[in-house]
Amino acid sequence: MSSARSEPHPPEPDAPTDGASDGPADGSADGPRVALKILVAGGFGVGKTTLVGAVSEIRPLRTEEALTDVSVGVDDLDGVAAKTTTTVAMDFGRITLRDGVAIYLFGTPGQERFWFMWNELSLGALGAVVLADTRRLTASFASIDYFERKGTPFVVAVNCFDEADRYEPHEIRTALALDPHVPVLLCDARHATSAKEVLVSLVEHALRLVGGSRVQGAHP
Amino acid sequence: MDRDAAGAPDRGGTGRERWLDAAAGPVVRPYAVTRGRTRPNGEPLDIVTILVATGRRPAEPGRLSRQQRRMLALCRRPSALADLASDLDLPLGVIRVLAGDLLDSGLVDVQRWSPAPDPLNANPTGRPHAGAPHTDPNLLRKVLDELRAL
Ligand SMILES: Nc1nc2c(ncn2[C@@H]2O[C@H](COP(=O)(O)OP(=O)(O)OP(=O)(O)O)[C@@H](O)[C@H]2O)c(=O)[nH]1
Ligand SMILES: [Mg+2]
Repeated sequence: MSSARSEPHPPEPDAPTDGASDGPADGSADGPRVALKILVAGGFGVGKTTLVGAVSEIRPLRTEEALTDVSVGVDDLDGVAAKTTTTVAMDFGRITLRDGVAIYLFGTPGQERFWFMWNELSLGALGAVVLADTRRLTASFASIDYFERKGTPFVVAVNCFDEADRYEPHEIRTALALDPHVPVLLCDARHATSAKEVLVSLVEHALRLVGGSRVQGAHP
Repeated sequence: MDRDAAGAPDRGGTGRERWLDAAAGPVVRPYAVTRGRTRPNGEPLDIVTILVATGRRPAEPGRLSRQQRRMLALCRRPSALADLASDLDLPLGVIRVLAGDLLDSGLVDVQRWSPAPDPLNANPTGRPHAGAPHTDPNLLRKVLDELRAL
């Protein structure tokens, strides 16, 4: 029954099913009590998977782009999954904080045809990280437009690829015609510390937008 | 753009539901394994909706599919739909429908979020934030502090 699961929370058949919030305070043994969504968006190859992997353990997650008609028995779901060749993989990672608070990260393909996934993901999301590559800034236009339109809090994180020219955040802000309040920062998505700073910047931004900020002048 | 994920209620259950995506084509089509339903009854389940087993015994355990039994076992520990999809290695849409069945039969519940009263971070009004978690300043501050400390 308890199949191969890497997560530190195998089902415990004997555990009581109520009183779920009485467990350890670090939230690792208990399930999440509240889940916050953060999207990681941006063009092809811009570092979405790398960023999600730097701050959390990447786990497989599939959603459907289109399902083919299949006729199988109720107990043959594996067969269905195998036949739905149009499932789309997302980058999925989870950061478990204390007291049952968990951040769910979703890295989604950047092409517009995948926006049907974004519509759901952005609903009730804490915010989004738009990754950008200075060599292909235009590739991030679509994501920025999208989140501006949806009113989803977002930050722009410029991935510092070795071969790319360096620009200052204010230059990038101008090039992307961003609102002055949208944080722009440089990052290296391969490094946990840098990737974490991006998330911190996003949460600060989201907090400012709900008017609960005690953070002053946190970002350029 | 109307589609199930965006929350447009589908009350038909006619088996003909389709949501068309400009580029991607049919987003969801009925499929036999979920008896033709493309979404659970009732409210749409978000990808981070947390489900938790109620502890109630299934009236007819034999009617649960193997996947539903596995899902139910996982939900002894609160699990988001994304967790379930990942752990069971099933596409999210399938998880949604199976979860809908478990909800309908009272075997799982949606875990509701209510802000914990936090004396250290009490907002000026002293009242808990009434909105959704992602707009709760106290929760966001807590997340921020913990992220920084990671
Ligand atoms: N130098 C440098 N390389 C990076 C950085 N982030 C990602 N890369 C590299 O860029 C390549 C693409 O990164 P991915 O994380 O796969 O990009 P992606 O956005 O997930 O790509 P798709 O899913 O194909 O759209 C990988 O080889 C990474 O190692 C960065 O900050 N700096
Ligand atoms: Mg990727």
